[in-house]
Amino acid sequence: MRRLGRMGLGALAGVVALVAAGCGGGSADDGGGAVVLLTHDSFAISKDVKAAFEQESGYTLRLLQQGDAGEVVNRALLTAGDPQGDVLFGTDDSLLSRALDGDLFEPYASSEQGSIDPAFAIEDDRVTPIDHGEVCLNADRAFYAKEGRRPPQGLDDLADPRYRGQLVVQNPATSSPGLAFLLATVARYGEDGWQDYWRRLRANDVLVTDGWQDAYTQQFSGAAGSPGTRPLVVSYATSPAAEVIFAGKPLEESPTLAIEDGCFRQVEYAGILRGARTEDGARALVDFLLSERFQADVPGTMFVYPVRAGTPIPPAFEQHAIRPERPLSLPPSTIAERRDRWIEEWTRIVLR
Amino acid sequence: MSGGPGLGRGGAILLLLPVCFVGLFFVYPFVAILERGLGDGIPWETLAGAETRSLLWFTTWQALASTVLTLAAGLPLAWVVGTFRFPGRSLVRALVVVPFVLPTVVVATGFVALLPTDASRGIGPILAAHVFFNIAVVVRIVGGAWATLPRTTWQAAAVLGAGPIRRTREVTLPLLAPAISAAAALTFLFCFTSFGVVLLLGGPARATLETEIYNTAARAFDLQDAAALSIVQLVAIAIVLAVTGLLERRGGAVGQVAPEADVLRRPRRSERGRIAAVLLLTGAFLAGPLVMLAVRSLDTAGGIGLDHFRALGRETPALLVPPWQAIAWSLAFAAAATAIALAVGVATAIALARLRPSLLDAAALLPLGASAVMLGFGLLIAFDEPPLDIRDAWWLLPVAQSLVAAPFVVRIVVPALRSVDPQLREAAAVLGASRRRALREVDLPLAGRALAGAAGFAFAVALGEFGATVFVARAEHPTLPVAIFRFLGRPGAENQGTAAALAVVLALLTVAVVLVAERATGSRERMV
Repeated sequence: MRRLGRMGLGALAGVVALVAAGCGGGSADDGGGAVVLLTHDSFAISKDVKAAFEQESGYTLRLLQQGDAGEVVNRALLTAGDPQGDVLFGTDDSLLSRALDGDLFEPYASSEQGSIDPAFAIEDDRVTPIDHGEVCLNADRAFYAKEGRRPPQGLDDLADPRYRGQLVVQNPATSSPGLAFLLATVARYGEDGWQDYWRRLRANDVLVTDGWQDAYTQQFSGAAGSPGTRPLVVSYATSPAAEVIFAGKPLEESPTLAIEDGCFRQVEYAGILRGARTEDGARALVDFLLSERFQADVPGTMFVYPVRAGTPIPPAFEQHAIRPERPLSLPPSTIAERRDRWIEEWTRIVLR
Repeated sequence: MSGGPGLGRGGAILLLLPVCFVGLFFVYPFVAILERGLGDGIPWETLAGAETRSLLWFTTWQALASTVLTLAAGLPLAWVVGTFRFPGRSLVRALVVVPFVLPTVVVATGFVALLPTDASRGIGPILAAHVFFNIAVVVRIVGGAWATLPRTTWQAAAVLGAGPIRRTREVTLPLLAPAISAAAALTFLFCFTSFGVVLLLGGPARATLETEIYNTAARAFDLQDAAALSIVQLVAIAIVLAVTGLLERRGGAVGQVAPEADVLRRPRRSERGRIAAVLLLTGAFLAGPLVMLAVRSLDTAGGIGLDHFRALGRETPALLVPPWQAIAWSLAFAAAATAIALAVGVATAIALARLRPSLLDAAALLPLGASAVMLGFGLLIAFDEPPLDIRDAWWLLPVAQSLVAAPFVVRIVVPALRSVDPQLREAAAVLGASRRRALREVDLPLAGRALAGAAGFAFAVALGEFGATVFVARAEHPTLPVAIFRFLGRPGAENQGTAAALAVVLALLTVAVVLVAERATGSRERMV
């Protein structure tokens, strides 16, 4: 048992030494060579693309993934001016105003900015658009083929009694696609009309889950391996391509399809955090996020589309996913101002 | 002399380690975030509001109901493993821990798959999942205590003509009361602060204090209300711990303890039926979700096969490293966390054991009652500048895990140290041994079995820890629960299959760790 006492002392000494190292070193331990990217759980990057950045810039890229986009922004707000990282990636339109009002970012105009498709360009120079993804309805092909019916063509159909008990959505208070879908209905039916639409959805037995995962992998019948029984779900424009790429076997056709009508666009932005430890590294990283190499990587890793004009899209996306021509959207300032009220109202209408 | 001989100088020095540790990594950040949240005053409207009252009410009654059900489901199995020697007993005791350490999200999906769709959300599934998760607490704490009840008292009662029911009521139950109360308190604590189960199985209209704090803080970013609700939660838990602490004290000191080998016996023919029934029923309940998981891990595009396990060696967009590395990182971090938890927990236990059983014992569990998201936020703002900018230090991960594991160590080791016969210590003193030497050569060896058990349990808890880990884990060093979470969050059969394969690996590792811990203790350890 003597050993145990030593182990205790050893651990204590270790903790003290590490605290001391943390104190003394501060940013120095990996500061010189590391640039830290704060981002959400869905962020992903190919190994060789990451290696390319590290080789070209001389910085090591470190990732801190701390929950979904909303949580990441909130954590950054908590530490505004003294951030945990150098660049924040993943702020979308519904969070943008909150982030900007919180004074999170330093202005930076990337040298790569000229390459951005004008559809995604933004006036504010504190953030740079990096990718866009569309939240769209997904349908289970097999279900409708078996029933011999057409899948719904858009938002209007969802309230039709023929599609009763078929839709599963996410709670906009707790889920980012859930919020996007609520915003889509606001954009479509107007600030005074969406309430009535949701009353009809409720009457049509819509199912609400807390998050995307529960809705898609547990309740939606179209996802591979899902025990779900509902053939309609709120997911992404690219989800059908993911079903093919990760099927584990070659598939001619995706088991699911994305519905063009009612898609809501989310552009994801990156910004240099005020108080970043390495501003040079942060700039190099933002430039890199816009580079051809990273932009071509985003469909395969994050299932979103690049904002850089002319970036090639992998064939599986051309074949199985959709790229909505005219997605619904709302101005970020309107979202920021009214989101909380809409969510409260939605909760009363749909859940209570 | 039911208590120890007082703290003494050595004890005070020993307490320094846990006090500094808990002070630095728990109290300081927690106070920092409460201060930030309540800087603009205390939101009395929120505190006194009807919504808070209904939250508190639902949180409390679901936790109470879950505790009662968990006791009802766990006590029969505790009786079986605490009374009989039979082949596979160690395996049963190890298997029962698996649900306890599996990430909620994994088990929840198994549960949902078993229930009919229209009954898969709501209070029923919440209660069932709580029983599933916490049955280990009852079986191991009560079963462990059962196995050390002195047979002589029981036999004396039998000789005096007491029937089996009367013997159970008047001998067994009173002797088990401290253990039952300890198990009930822990179960209540876990269910009261339950997060994932309520979010995933409750449906969107159900909320407990913990889920509401999370939504208020992490989503709505209303730190004022979140801070107020965290205080409500902490106070409620402090009250519960104080009450059970008092009950345990009234239940009396743990009596004389017999070595397990003397107590366990082979079942009589007449008892075999009952034992088989208990094992089968509990086994079926626990196995259901786990079997679903195993089936999913083997269900590949080409039929039943090991493809998902082979995929653990391959690069994937979901992680920066091949998934198998998560296994290695998990083991490394859990080992470090266990070392820290043992150092902190044993130092606390030695100090506490020298004192009379008191509310301090209960206070050791209080950190488990703090809202994880608020503690995470607290760490961010408390350590944001030199000399304490440690927010992204890699070792914050095992430290966070050990904060969760250390209370278990304390809970397991304190009763074992207290049950050491004081006469042995006095004899050592008479023979000229210093207090420290007596501790080293009398107390700790006698509590050795509990220590090994505590180490195994701490390791398993650290292995399965998710809530704190996910916020400090670095992308290049994922742990198993974090990796499982990343795969579950992506569409496609392969991602879901990889998640299931990783969960199976986590379950198998847990069984292995617990079995090894039992072996190390000569398979006759005492509490938990």
